[in-house]
Amino acid sequence: MSTALKTFSAAERRADFPILTREVRPGVPLVYLDSAATSQKPLPVIEAIDHYYRYSNANVHRGIHMLAEEATALYEDGREKVKRFINAASTKEVIFTRNTTEAINLVAYSWGRANIRPGDVIVYTAMEHHSNLVPWQMLAAEKGARIVVIPVTDGGELDLSTLDDILAQSQRIVCLGHMSNVLGTINPVTEIAARAHAAGALVLVDAAQSVPHLPVDVKTLGADFIAFSGHKMCGPTGIGVLWGRQALLEEMPPFMGGGDMIRRVYLTEFKPNELPYKFEAGTPAIAESVALGAAVDYLTSLGMGAIQAHEREIVTYAMDRLEEVPGVKVYGPAADRRGGVAAFSLEGVHPHDVAQVLDRDGIAIRAGHHCAMPLHDRYGLPATSRASFYLYNVPEEVDRLIDGLYKVKKLFG
Amino acid sequence: MDDMYREVILDHYKNPRNKGTLDPHDFSYEDENPLCGDKLRIDVRLDDEQRVKEVAFSGRGCAISQASASMLTEAIIGKTVDEVKQMNKDDILDMLGIELGPVRLKCALLSLKVLKAGAYGLEGQQPHDED
Repeated sequence: MSTALKTFSAAERRADFPILTREVRPGVPLVYLDSAATSQKPLPVIEAIDHYYRYSNANVHRGIHMLAEEATALYEDGREKVKRFINAASTKEVIFTRNTTEAINLVAYSWGRANIRPGDVIVYTAMEHHSNLVPWQMLAAEKGARIVVIPVTDGGELDLSTLDDILAQSQRIVCLGHMSNVLGTINPVTEIAARAHAAGALVLVDAAQSVPHLPVDVKTLGADFIAFSGHKMCGPTGIGVLWGRQALLEEMPPFMGGGDMIRRVYLTEFKPNELPYKFEAGTPAIAESVALGAAVDYLTSLGMGAIQAHEREIVTYAMDRLEEVPGVKVYGPAADRRGGVAAFSLEGVHPHDVAQVLDRDGIAIRAGHHCAMPLHDRYGLPATSRASFYLYNVPEEVDRLIDGLYKVKKLFG
Repeated sequence: MDDMYREVILDHYKNPRNKGTLDPHDFSYEDENPLCGDKLRIDVRLDDEQRVKEVAFSGRGCAISQASASMLTEAIIGKTVDEVKQMNKDDILDMLGIELGPVRLKCALLSLKVLKAGAYGLEGQQPHDED
């Protein structure tokens, strides 16, 4: 890791996030360690939504009046900012969805139903979020396709020893997360994508945990599709992104039908609109696009490399301190191979009870299976506790987490 | 330190009553709370008057779900199957003596849900979901 990259002060940036100054209960300040679920929002994002509704609100794309033109320009400006943020070749490749889940479903429905045939193989990994499992399970069941799973090692990394055998089967698409939302593992997407492409498969990357936390450049990543959510990257809920290679998107049939996705409608048929509108049926998330653009500007001003360096510093400290606590086990790879996520168990105490007792001290962590039941099955765990970090977390918050865990131990000891 | 983990709940969690399985049994049911991965099974033996004679629970879960199961098994000894079917959310909350938000309420009510599903299953009926 390179701490030299770090150029901002998390302690200072906390002032940008109004929610971080609130007390959870009287006299109990918030320690927010749940950013892998959703991030907090900085003032420029909150103000962008506020300003849009106060000043420019109108529906996009069809109106001639001033507000409609402004709203359209603002909506498309959000897309342009996202395009630059991930270094996409064109805004035609940036499709707005509701979230990562909808983006993956879009590919499974549109590309999947047009291309997957009985006996085809769909590959995914054992560390995927349910959103990158269930759409493919539904597709496989419908088409009579087979699913082959890339296993996970005890240490929480992908076991690529069988990848060549897996890729030798008649696989059509390989789906994998860029970064695990439980283990924090950063997967070698570029290597896997090169091998998958050599075997003739497409590659879809669930980038919900990577785009918010580390530099992602779709020109070098090697994926054919990536999916991510606005709300995990300082943006609003209700907007997500599917990026895909233009040639693939051009070939794919529309996903949902309705207004905006058409070029021409007749009484019994339609001609679809051009990209990206072909995949955006109905009134889109306009204010959310504007706010996502503000989020992208905010992240860019800090630098994604600097954000990653900061999170690595925090997660390194957190893992060191967690492992000091008797009975605590942290899952996943070493700190220098992961993002800002630490899932752990505390011997003899259910994660719900851990989270509940921590909440008394204003410490927000997540307890459960984190939408990764198969991964928890892999380690024989019903659930884990998870602390996750972002650009605004400081070491003092890790200290409060550790103090809280000692209180949990005392209560249940 | 706080009401949710008052002494009686921690006591039932650390020293569960009627933990185990009963074989044979008159009815048994198992279910899980998919949100937390909690799993619970309850086995019941009845006497000649269709009253609960013995009961055992097994499974895993948080302090709230385990304590509620332990307390529930104590509470139903001697009750008729019909009386068990009449039990509701308030009985469990009175027993636990704590206030619960919507997420933890599911933990607290898992044992009752499992017990009632077993009781209704005796006659091939479906319990009506109340939460």
